[in-house]
Amino acid sequence: MFVKAFLVGGALCAVGEILILKTRLTPARILVGYVTGGVILGALGVYGPLVEWAGAGATVPLTGFGYSLAKGAIEGVAEHGWLGAFMGGVTATAGGIAAAVFFGYLCSVIFKPKTKT
Amino acid sequence: MNGWKTSRQRDIEQRYSAMVERFTPNHAMAMNVTRAFLWGGAICVMGEAVSELGKAYLGLEAADASAFTAIVMVFLGAFLTGLGQYDRIGKHAGAGSIVPITGFANSIASAAMEFRREGLVLGVGARMFIVAGPVLVYGIGSSVVVGLLAWVVGLIR
Repeated sequence: MFVKAFLVGGALCAVGEILILKTRLTPARILVGYVTGGVILGALGVYGPLVEWAGAGATVPLTGFGYSLAKGAIEGVAEHGWLGAFMGGVTATAGGIAAAVFFGYLCSVIFKPKTKT
Repeated sequence: MNGWKTSRQRDIEQRYSAMVERFTPNHAMAMNVTRAFLWGGAICVMGEAVSELGKAYLGLEAADASAFTAIVMVFLGAFLTGLGQYDRIGKHAGAGSIVPITGFANSIASAAMEFRREGLVLGVGARMFIVAGPVLVYGIGSSVVVGLLAWVVGLIR
């Protein structure tokens, strides 16, 4: 499982690097593209098997965040009808989002930014 | 030998430097892509280890284990950003440090720290989403579209 995680996670990052070098996309655009791509691949049922196969290699890259959003939205609809389309995605990813907001905020309070040289 | 170059030597030198020019960018690109692969893979292996530890020692089930992994990886990304280490890694790793969820945490933490001087509300509170905001807008937005499509498909069936 660790080898698979390494290979798939590494490959997803290598593709990102190629996109940055070849297309001069900014990192922000790469991240938006990866999340949206993950949502689409998740909805099409392509990304699920990759998660089964590679574990964190597929869930840790931002495409995995998109996959969780799509999976949550589809499961939400199965449980709550159309309301679930609005509830499921954020519910499934709540841990990561809340942690990013919380720890990001803490960083700004605790740490001083290094002065750029 | 005596400091004078023959035309043949000059020709070889010229062809050599042309060759260097032709291959250097490709070589640099291959190096960058390899580094992104290695760092990205290593970060995902770390995520896999966190997930396994959560299952083994905290008795987490699959869904909870993935939330646990996301939270721990986000913490690590933010913490290393706070210490100034994540940006150092980023210089070597390129996309290998941007694409994993630790990079998402880094984008929030580094923006929050950078704009601290503009105040806690409109500095930290607003600017921390300068990169993460678009990610959430397009990620959550497209997931709502997917959910609504799934709902419509469910109605038709």
